[in-house]
Amino acid sequence: MLTIEGLQAGYGRSIVLHGIGISVGAAGVTAVLGHNGAGKSTLLRAAIGLLKPRQGTISFDGEDITRMPAHQRVAAGMAYVPQGQQCFPHLTALENLQITADGRKQGKESLDAALDLFPALKPLLRRRAGLLSGGQRQQLGIARALITRPRLLLLDEPTEGIQPSVVAEIEEKILDLANHVAIFLVEQHLGFALRAAQNYYVLESGRVTSTGSGGESSADLVRAALSV
Amino acid sequence: MTVVASQLFTGISIGAVLLLIALGLALTFGQMGVINMAHGEFIMAGAYTTFVLQSAITDAGVSLLVAIPVAFAVAGAMGVLLEFLLIRRLYARPLDTLLVTWGVSLLLQQLARDIFGAPNVQTRAPEVLTGNTRIAGDLTMANNRLFILGLVVLAVAALTVALRLTSFGRRIRAVVQNRDLAAVSGVPTARIDRLTFFIGSGLAGIAGVALTLLGPIGPTMGTNIIIDAFLVVVVGGIGHLRGSVIVAFVLGVLQSSVEYLTTLSVAKVAVFVAIVAFLQWRPQGAFTLRTRSLA
Repeated sequence: MLTIEGLQAGYGRSIVLHGIGISVGAAGVTAVLGHNGAGKSTLLRAAIGLLKPRQGTISFDGEDITRMPAHQRVAAGMAYVPQGQQCFPHLTALENLQITADGRKQGKESLDAALDLFPALKPLLRRRAGLLSGGQRQQLGIARALITRPRLLLLDEPTEGIQPSVVAEIEEKILDLANHVAIFLVEQHLGFALRAAQNYYVLESGRVTSTGSGGESSADLVRAALSV
Repeated sequence: MTVVASQLFTGISIGAVLLLIALGLALTFGQMGVINMAHGEFIMAGAYTTFVLQSAITDAGVSLLVAIPVAFAVAGAMGVLLEFLLIRRLYARPLDTLLVTWGVSLLLQQLARDIFGAPNVQTRAPEVLTGNTRIAGDLTMANNRLFILGLVVLAVAALTVALRLTSFGRRIRAVVQNRDLAAVSGVPTARIDRLTFFIGSGLAGIAGVALTLLGPIGPTMGTNIIIDAFLVVVVGGIGHLRGSVIVAFVLGVLQSSVEYLTTLSVAKVAVFVAIVAFLQWRPQGAFTLRTRSLA
């Protein structure tokens, strides 16, 4: 569904990704694993169009989207939840969702459907998003992304920096979502990623160093590759 | 007592014009981190628009009222053009933007000289705005200043409603708060940038209309007032619209009071000294955005 070929990208003069090739299937979870600084977030930012690649091509559903701006990729069926539970801090939770729902066909219905997936958000809608807890903001972020009814969801370390009591809940939600939408997951914690993923890539210093299919059998291989 | 009240009023009306200009600056700065040195020339454009309209429509009152939306549109269109032709290409280079917009500022001043001539021109104020209104006892207020105050209140109210309650206002605020997240939420950020530039520059145009009631129209009129507006933005806390409102009025009152007690130059110096001292104490400005979120 999403095919990345020979992707080279970076910031300023420094190159972070050195020719990445990744293919994300039309269903299930594809995970990219790697240490801090391996280039995982950069990869996702390039995939969604927030970072212009220097070289390489990105295609979605067979269409070349390498030069497409981010908002058009979203319209084409991609969605992205950035790391760090980002939100619009001075807008209310509801307004955060409306930003995405505005001007969209059946925006209101999609918004309600997203809220039904995260009922914990309903009593918080009038509150400023910046005042919510990390876990609440992450739920808000995923709900926001789902409003566009994406076919591919890009998740950047969805459980990082979230209180442990909520982590399991969010992991369950993601596993559940994987039945409906293809997920491209970036993680540095192996446990959940390998449990969720059908396919994985290991990223080290901006290069794919190994790849395989998920499940417990591959866990040792990945652990060895990442030497943790 | 009357003197104090009338000085206060003069200060507030100066502050009101400053506010319109500063809000426009704060919008474009908050949105795109662009310091637009040509913002002052959009004020001038608004003023000359009023002048041109008055030679077309003889009734001074009608032409003034027509000038308000037209000046908004003219200055707004100039802002969009500037954004589209130049600023858009320089987003990651703030210093270059500063130089380029300064160049545009000089260019527009020369253009005004070529079209309207170097000497200042003047508009006729409508009859109703030339007198005074008695408020209470000896206290009178100049009608033109009352009109300006009303105009600014209306403009600020309209801006507030647009930003708070409309969906494009929500989008503008979203882009200010987190540009990348707005883009991946499906907001066409480039188009929102242009819209913001239109509104911000348009407010300068309205300020230009207001200034025609207070003094002559000349090619450098924008430069003279833009420094004060920059100060309002910096002291008010960058990206903080409510801060700009408060500081604009404080600055206006401060300046007109010191000016009353001494002279114009002393007032300017006193205000600058006060601001430098203030920024030593609070470099982030009077008001800052506080949030739990790091984003």
